[in-house]
Amino acid sequence: MTPLVFFAIVALISFGAGFLGSLLGLGGGMIVVPALTLLLHIDIRLAIGASIISVIATSSGAAAAYVRDHLANIRVAMFLEIGTTAGAITGAWIAGLLHPRWLFVLFGSILGYSALAMLRGKRRPQERHAQSPLAHQLRLGGSYFDDARGEEVAYEPTRPLFGLALMYVAGIVSGLLGIGSGALKVPAMDLAMELPIKVSTATSNFMIGVTAAASAGLYFARGQIDPFVTAPVALGVLAGAFAGSKTLGRISSRAVRTTFVVVLILVSVQMLVRGVWG
Amino acid sequence: MTVENEPKWVDVAIARLLRGGVLLSTFIVAAGVVLTFVHHPSYVRSAVALRQLTEPEQAFPHTVRGVVGDARHARGQALITLGLLLLIATPVARVALSIGIFAVERDRLYTAITILVLTLLLLSFVVGAAG
Repeated sequence: MTPLVFFAIVALISFGAGFLGSLLGLGGGMIVVPALTLLLHIDIRLAIGASIISVIATSSGAAAAYVRDHLANIRVAMFLEIGTTAGAITGAWIAGLLHPRWLFVLFGSILGYSALAMLRGKRRPQERHAQSPLAHQLRLGGSYFDDARGEEVAYEPTRPLFGLALMYVAGIVSGLLGIGSGALKVPAMDLAMELPIKVSTATSNFMIGVTAAASAGLYFARGQIDPFVTAPVALGVLAGAFAGSKTLGRISSRAVRTTFVVVLILVSVQMLVRGVWG
Repeated sequence: MTVENEPKWVDVAIARLLRGGVLLSTFIVAAGVVLTFVHHPSYVRSAVALRQLTEPEQAFPHTVRGVVGDARHARGQALITLGLLLLIATPVARVALSIGIFAVERDRLYTAITILVLTLLLLSFVVGAAG
């Protein structure tokens, strides 16, 4: 394989990762890392360095459109980023105390549980938790125009402190494993805060760039960001995320939710396999 | 249920910063890729070169000084890395800009929340670098 062919293959796969990642609020690491290591035999350290860039590219590539269309809620994101950044510090601090294998098993189990919880589907109005005075004080509510339904959708999140606590856990996982952990952020917003699924994925997408940037500086200093491996990832993912951001508004919430749950189950299995068989 | 979206200019400012950062880094990375292939025509045909480009032990820039120094001489790999560093800086710049935006909006609560987030973010760089 020549470098040119390598570049084209990686850019194409990354386009798909960016497209799917921007729709689902995930960083695309679950596609980029196996593609680079298993398919193209790239060293795992360089693949992880490229995947952290993939997370940032997915986030920034789609975020401009999501902010403009009110799909990403800036206040919810800023409030929850207190949890993710504090968690990232804790994660970096306790790194080395826990063997990564246990983390993968733990993380895989949490994701599996989240997928099952989300499978039960949409809550009926009477099953929703009571409105939160804190969410009201923080003005976390909002509205967006849903192109698929052709109407404005208004929402008010519940249980903001529960969401914040889950984000702290997501931040620890990010700090320890060097991932964007959108797979934890979306269920936290969907299950704990009962936000609309599109707002959850778009806001997660908005947030994961900040989480990943905290780790990316470190990966760069350690020499894990190989320019030739990472360039096609960055360009492909940016283009894919841009295309994805034009699509999220137009597809149905049910389709977003179903796709997310399927991908979540796959990521969960991937994590468990890495944990159990190393 | 009260519905309060951000004032329009807040969204526009944040969206513009993100789009600007993304476009600039895309342009620099793409220019670096083109330069890499122009300087090394064998990369289009030779399969041997790929192994050198993708092995972990090779020398590529991983300090900011090295990147900026090499990028001035239009070295493809250094330009790519410069573009990637800009991409990494974009979300951090978004948080920093948000402080100013919330301050202009006289939104004390969210100015404080955003300052806290930026502080924690910078602290995580320090803790990460030490650990």
